[in-house]
Order: sequence, then structure tokens, then C-alpha cells
Amino acid sequence: MNNPQSDTQLLRGRISEERLMEIRREAESRAQHFPGAASTSAGLPARADAESGYYALPLLKPPRWKWQVPAYFFTGGAAGASAVIAAIARVSAKDPGLARDAQRLATAGAFVSPILLSSDLGRPARFLNMLRVFKPQSPMSVGAWILAGFSASSTAVSVLDLRSHHSRLGSDGHSILQPTTQVFAALMGLGLSTYTGVLIGATAVPVWYENVGLLPYHFGASALGSAVGLLELAGHHSSDALGLLGIGAACAETVAEARTEIKSDRALKPLKSGKSGWLTRLGSILSGPVPLVLRLLAGRRSSARSDNLRRIAAASCVAGAVLTRAGWIAAGSASTKDAAVSLTLANGRSKQSTQIVA
Amino acid sequence: MSTTAFLTDSTLCIGCKACEVACKEWNQIPDDGLMWSGKSYDNTVALGASTWRHVKFVENTPIPGLGGNSPQSAAWSFSSDVCKHCEEAGCLEACPTGAIVRTEFGGVFIQPDVCNGCAYCVVACPFGVVDRNERDGRAFKCTFCYDRQHAALEPACAKACPTKSIQFGELESLRRAAHQRLNELEARGVQDAHLYDPRESSVKGTHSIFIVRGDPAVYNLPSAPDVPTVHLRRGWTAAAVAAGMLLTGTALAFLGGQR
Repeated sequence: MNNPQSDTQLLRGRISEERLMEIRREAESRAQHFPGAASTSAGLPARADAESGYYALPLLKPPRWKWQVPAYFFTGGAAGASAVIAAIARVSAKDPGLARDAQRLATAGAFVSPILLSSDLGRPARFLNMLRVFKPQSPMSVGAWILAGFSASSTAVSVLDLRSHHSRLGSDGHSILQPTTQVFAALMGLGLSTYTGVLIGATAVPVWYENVGLLPYHFGASALGSAVGLLELAGHHSSDALGLLGIGAACAETVAEARTEIKSDRALKPLKSGKSGWLTRLGSILSGPVPLVLRLLAGRRSSARSDNLRRIAAASCVAGAVLTRAGWIAAGSASTKDAAVSLTLANGRSKQSTQIVA
Repeated sequence: MSTTAFLTDSTLCIGCKACEVACKEWNQIPDDGLMWSGKSYDNTVALGASTWRHVKFVENTPIPGLGGNSPQSAAWSFSSDVCKHCEEAGCLEACPTGAIVRTEFGGVFIQPDVCNGCAYCVVACPFGVVDRNERDGRAFKCTFCYDRQHAALEPACAKACPTKSIQFGELESLRRAAHQRLNELEARGVQDAHLYDPRESSVKGTHSIFIVRGDPAVYNLPSAPDVPTVHLRRGWTAAAVAAGMLLTGTALAFLGGQR
């Protein structure tokens, strides 16, 4: 516009197909690209065709959640599993210290989780709108109610514990209230540590819904591993029960990782390559095989060496659980960018595309 | 109230983007900034929080000789995309606040005064339509001009369309009109025109149907979109079993081994 002369020259000149391609390449190189646009092979401009879809542009929208959501998956999972440990440890009455610390961890998680979740909302002040309806067909709605129930009951358990500790009223005042609340908190905890798998599994994101049957186990095992790890790091590294639970969680995580590695489906590519692949794989290794070996090496007899091994295993579990959640969200993001996958999966041609890639 | 719908006929679309502009003007949607996509003349790129109508520019290889084209030049097809207003809508099912509702006209509408911006609808849409506006915080998509329909007006995009490529009306009569149009096109020698109306899929049909030439995948229209609720049964079964394992495992670890 500043130079009308060059504009007229351009208009006068015969715009051949070569010139059109030149303009197109210039646009490609100078354009502020649409984020997430898939690059095409051989540097040719992407085309709109049946194989790659519309200029290989993503059909789906990536998850818009920020870091708070995977962080919430971690804190909610650890708190939920911890509430289960607290309730059962109290029933077994063998280790009151562990029962108390597990309850503290659950309550801490019950406090942090809603804050994380609402800080990710576009309108945090409207957090309570989640509780104006209950929709069983929406895992987010079910989860909001589970979280609300968990937060309220875990806090109540801690308050009741404090009161009975201070007032020394004996057990008559809270004889029914305390155990009932604790059982309720543990049930909500079971939901909280596993529902997040359904939350991301029942979506339109290929890598998530292809794993909808695996994710609740995977996240549940990860939740248990991180709760055990955090309690061990808090000083309970010689508890036999926690040791057994740690081995169980690590076994489940190893199986989950092996299952993903065996499958070769193009929809699972985000779990095996790129940043998301690194994150999920590293997360799985740190929460599966690594703690499993360390815990088996530690054995069942408590010694300085075995305590150290268990503390390393615990730290590895916790780090693995964080990376696993971050990795799965990143994988969802990567998955939505592959338009060919969402188109072919929806077309029921996933078997064919699998064979081409695998 | 009758179920209203859009029939978007790409064989009539001239790519003028009047629908995009009319939509932005009527609904007062913020601009998207200036951006070159490098994808034909389509710098809008995709539907989103601030784009509720989007004209797609598909470049085909022309039939040599037809209209004096050489095989080296491109033949354009345009198609104006919009929210599909699914019969089984993923976003509506997923919304935890009840902000997303079905209107008396059969459309899917996000109530802006209820939405809290949880962004779960974004990953629940099998067509990648709804998105969160990060400046505003809430999720937005085509309202099907709910306000205009209330006033017995057609949606702004259909009103602005100069070629009747976007038709608005009662769903069943538009389906009949679409089949009539396909017959007409076939009689004129256009063999590759299809009606995109995924009634066999789990979304059980849409209230935005499209006439496109060739494979709908070229326009990023999945031929069998799934509403995410189809995955719920597997997910919750797995969650129940996982929770059972977690509980049993913990109970065994604490109450089992008496050492």
C-alpha cells in the first residue's frame, strides 16, 4: 500500500503458476503459522486431500488445561490413595503414627486439589457452578462431586481427630461420626485416585480414548505409588505394609507400561515419540521397574541400606507419578495435532493405518 | 418448536467469506489478529472461540479442458464450516456446570453467564469446534443465532450468504432439499457430490449438514464421528475394578501378613 508502483507492476505482470507457487512458498515461510499445524513431507506445501485431511491441519482442539490440571491429577490421586491407607491403617490399629500421617496427607491434598483445579478455570470465581448440577454422563461433573465429597469428609476427619485429641472426651462423642466420616472419605478417595483416567479417557482425543480401559488402572497405580512414596519420605520407610503396597503399585505400573510398548497403533505414537513420549516413558520407568527393583533389593529386613533403597524408590515413585500425569496431558495435545489419525480412526480405518506405520 | 438446521452447499459457495464477517458482526466476536496461514486463501484456518463460521479453500486438480483450465492450475472448492449442533452432542454431555443446553430449536447453546471455563467441552467435541477464549476464560462456539431465531430471523450467516450456499430451515425439509440438489447435480454430470449427514454414527446426526464434492475427509469432516460418551462404560468399569484392586491390595497389605 505504501508503494503503489510495485502493486501495479505486480498486477500488470502475468501471474503464472510458478509465480503462484513462489508466493505460496513465501507465505509459508513468512506466515505466522497456525500453532499445531502438521508439517508435510519433503517440504511441499500441505494439500487438502483424503489422506492428510484439510492441509494436514488438526481436526480436533488440543486440551486447553494448564499445568494445574496434571498437578491436580497428582495431588488428588496421592490424597485419595492416602485416605484409603489412613482408613485401613486405623482399622488394623498396628501403626497409629502411619494412620495419622496418611490422614494428614489426605487432608493436605484435599485442601490443595480444589485450589489447583479452580485456578485452571477460565472463570475461577464460578467454581461452585460445578455443583449446581450432577451429570452422571460427564466424568468432569462426577469428579467435581467426588472431589467436593472428599475434601469435605477428609477435612472433617482431621477436625474430629483434633477435637478428640484435645478434649479427651473419650470415644462416646464421636464414636459413630468419626469412623463413618473416615469410611466415606476412603470411598471418595478410591474414586478420586481413579476417576481422572475416565475423565481424559472419555473424550474425543484418540490417544486418550484408545486407552480408556487402561488409564484408570494406570492412574490408580500411580496414585497408590505416590501416596506410598510420600509417606515413606515422611519417615515411614520401615513399614512392612507400605513396602508391600509399593511393590504392588510398581508391578501394576510395569505391566501398564509393557502393555503400551507391545501395542503398535499410530494413535499411540504420542506415547512413544516426541516430548510427550519421553515424559510418559520416563514417568512409567520411574514409577514401575525402577522402584520395583529397588524395593526387591531392599528386602523385608530393615537396615540402613534397605531404608536408603526404599527412600530412593519412594522418591522415584513420586517423580514418576508427576511425570506420568504431565506426559499424558502432553500426549493428548500431540494426539489432537495428527489430523490423519482422528480422521482415519473416526472412519474405522485404524487397523489399516496401523499396518502402514507399524 | 421445529428443529432448525443449516444446509451448507459447497457447490454453490464462492468463498466470499460474507458468512464469517456477518457472524463476527452480529455476534460481536473479537478479531483473531492478522495471520498468514499459507493454506490457499484460507487465513482463518479453523473454527474456534472467535470463529464460528469458517470458509475452507480446497484446491483440486481440474478436469483438463473444462472451463479452459490447464492441468497445472488449481480448481477451487469452497465450503463454509460451522458447529454441527449434534443430536448427541459431546460438549453438552461433558459440560459439568449445565452451561451447555439444547435450545427449543434443537441447537446446542453455551450459556455465557453459567460457563466457568473448565474447558472439558474442548476435548469432548469430535469436530474440534468449541474452544476456550483465553482472554475471556469461557468456552465459545456458534450459538446458532439463538437470539435471531427467537425473533424469527434466520442466522446472520445464512442471511448474508449471497448464493444461497448456506440455507436455513427445518431439518427434515433441508434433508429433502439436499437430496433434490444431489439429483440435480448428478443430472448435470457432477458424480462426486455427497451429503455429509453422519446419522449412522454415535452422534446420531447433526443439525448442520453439508453437500461436498469428493471425500468429506478433504474438508476435515470425519465420516463416523464418535460422541465421547461411548467410552464411558469401558472407562467406569476399569475405574471400578481399579478401585477394587486398590482397596483389596491395601487391606491385604495391612491386615493380611501378621508378622
